[in-house]
Amino acid sequence: MHELSLAEGMLEVVADAARADGARKVRTVWLELGALSHVEVQALRFCFDAVTRGSIAEGAALEILTTPGEAWCMPCGRSVPLVRLGDACPECGSHQLQVVGGEEMRVREIAVA
Amino acid sequence: MCTTCGCGHGETRIDNAPAGATSPSGHGHEALGQHVHADGSVHSHGDADGHRHADGTWHRHDAGARAEVAGGAFGAVHGAGTTQERIVQIERDILSRNNAFAASNRQAFADRGVFALNLVSSPGSGKTTLLVKTIEALRGRVPVAVIEGDQQTSLDADRIRATGAPAVQINTGKGCHLDAQMVGQALSSLAIPDDGVLLIENVGNLVCPAAFDLGEAHKVVILSVTEGDDKPLKYPDMFHAADLLIVNKIDLLPYVTFDVAKAIEYARRVRPGLDVLCVSATTGENFPAWLAWLERGAERTRAHRVETVDALRRRIAALETELAERSTPA
Repeated sequence: MHELSLAEGMLEVVADAARADGARKVRTVWLELGALSHVEVQALRFCFDAVTRGSIAEGAALEILTTPGEAWCMPCGRSVPLVRLGDACPECGSHQLQVVGGEEMRVREIAVA
Repeated sequence: MCTTCGCGHGETRIDNAPAGATSPSGHGHEALGQHVHADGSVHSHGDADGHRHADGTWHRHDAGARAEVAGGAFGAVHGAGTTQERIVQIERDILSRNNAFAASNRQAFADRGVFALNLVSSPGSGKTTLLVKTIEALRGRVPVAVIEGDQQTSLDADRIRATGAPAVQINTGKGCHLDAQMVGQALSSLAIPDDGVLLIENVGNLVCPAAFDLGEAHKVVILSVTEGDDKPLKYPDMFHAADLLIVNKIDLLPYVTFDVAKAIEYARRVRPGLDVLCVSATTGENFPAWLAWLERGAERTRAHRVETVDALRRRIAALETELAERSTPA
């Protein structure tokens, strides 16, 4: 499980932005997570709570916005939804799919005080 | 340490010396033009990240987005006004720090014509044997250096050094993957020959290393026939991230139920167009195909470096001509 590293990366992004803003406290973190990203959400929440302890983001709420997986289907010649890697195109059944969305792991914004 | 999964940080060691990465301060990356500040931020000029200087001033390289708005990422639920709360827009990847180190490593590889590969697999797929046989086969043809990643011991680096190739061992402690900063630090103590091949053997783990770019040209995933042929579907992230699949230990196929065609089909479901090579590192079966793949990559990387150097020389020559013209009175 690599969620601890991801949580540390998140804290760094959040703490940098909060300090730059002159904030004293981070109340909420909005995280955009793609459905196809390399993250187990429960583990990430656990690790986020652990790494933020004693930091400017201690006790911050973690709000996760899940973006759907999306792939370009070569036979169909258009974008189709993709629930999981390895799934077939829901339209034509092909696996000739190029992932074009749903791999994001991005801090969108934070609420600070 | 994460008590859920046992991942730990702050225990990384490179050739049994504590890695600078674990220090709360320090500038461990001068060699690569990057370093870490006391607050942990990466200072890497030329990228878009902001960073804090020692005097506490904040420094951005771009127009860093900062805005105070009433609606958050979810649209509206946390409107300002009830408290002094305000919204700061960030829009930054949580892997941005790793990616900055990876970009720096990638540039260092390009500058020196080094073809770098990140070898990933489950424990026991035969990565180290594959490396040893590769180094022996390429001796006198292409110089090879190795970075070994394991939680503990230097057994693998010792095996590599016994072949005569330079090797550095990274011990991740409780960590489950290599990251770009560890590799950057290992590079400073590794004599990689210019125009050579760098083989980075990641921690044996088919999950965690998938998300971490080390600056390599390609991830190479190794699957041995003593494992399940359905692994590409069970652990799709790693196969999706790879550019080459090596099916190893094919000398054991008569004794196992592994279906090679099925494994390849599954792998190409998660990574269409994935290159595949079936080899046995032990018997050498089909090994020339793997060596040829490596040598083609090394040659491409070398050619790119030469081209870059030639382009720079042409630019210098053109500038010198221009300077001579301008400094001669008309």
